[in-house]
Amino acid sequence: MVADLERNRGSEAMPSVDDGIRLTPEQLRRRRARSIAIGLALGALVILFWAVTIVKLGGNVANRSL
Amino acid sequence: MSDVQIDRIDTASLAGPADYIALLKPRVMSLVVFTALVGMVMAPGGIHPVVGFAALLCIAVGAGASGALNMWYDADIDRLMLRTQKRPIPAGRVTESEALAFGLTLAAFSVGCLTVLVNPVAGGLLAFTIFFYVVIYSMWLKRWTPQNIVIGGAAGAFPPVVAWASVTGSVSVESVVLFLIIFMWTPPHFWALALFKSDDYKRAGIPMLPVVAGLAETRRQILIYSVLLAPIGVLPAILGFASLAYGCAAAALGAVFLGMAVRVYRMADSDAAMLPAKRLFAFSIFYLFMLFAMLLVERLAMLAGLSW
Repeated sequence: MVADLERNRGSEAMPSVDDGIRLTPEQLRRRRARSIAIGLALGALVILFWAVTIVKLGGNVANRSL
Repeated sequence: MSDVQIDRIDTASLAGPADYIALLKPRVMSLVVFTALVGMVMAPGGIHPVVGFAALLCIAVGAGASGALNMWYDADIDRLMLRTQKRPIPAGRVTESEALAFGLTLAAFSVGCLTVLVNPVAGGLLAFTIFFYVVIYSMWLKRWTPQNIVIGGAAGAFPPVVAWASVTGSVSVESVVLFLIIFMWTPPHFWALALFKSDDYKRAGIPMLPVVAGLAETRRQILIYSVLLAPIGVLPAILGFASLAYGCAAAALGAVFLGMAVRVYRMADSDAAMLPAKRLFAFSIFYLFMLFAMLLVERLAMLAGLSW
């Protein structure tokens, strides 16, 4: 892996590691905060669907024929 | 090559979660949640608390989605108005396409969840509300007619109807009355604001009534809608789904509202401070809050087995 990168550094056709977008620490911090917020929102959605499912099933789980 | 990269680094997103929350117009959302809660509690039959919570959440997120889509579409005029220049898009923290994607995603999720978790009638009404606010109001009426907020106000009046339908699966006279209260309240509320913010709207080229028809006509229309609003505020008591105590309080509040509207009507054109308009604007918020709070408290007391 490191060897590949080393090899690419000299060639024009292949971009080297230095050519990519480098985020500032502030941008990294904000991106992390956005990721956490999305994660929390998805988690809340899972819990919401679970809770409503349980409520809608109610006691009917016990009533199914075995 | 390196120039392009520097550009891209500069424009990489600095938006935090707070900027996306700002896109949801949290203050509008809080009013939506409140009126929806009242609609839900007023509806006959009751709803399981968990399902009710899910319904309120969907309605709130749907309102937020409308806000984000509105800010996406209105970014050009938001840049021109002092009141809106600090919103996330004009401030450059969120791009227009990010706001569009965010709004569309939330709109789809809120309508989908309300349909699946609660019922399709409520889901359909929420979809119509978002469509009405974004397409009918933001895209069409707002920049086209000085009556923009009269018809656009319907979007803000839908939440209690959606919440009512979450419980009953239908639309009924009572929920239409809740709709009418907010619908008639919107024009005097916003025109009072537009009176003392008319310079802002003029700069953005939005045909608000004071800009297009003049201050005198705006004051006259505020009075007309206040005359219509005051009796509608009492309707819940007349139709029998609120108590006489509510009716008396609503009549008193309506009289004060009307009195303040008359003072705005008598305001001189030369009045730069526009204190009566500012007072009416502040009182209009209190008026709507009080009507719905009284309905809520009264119904909760009744459900708890108390009687006046």
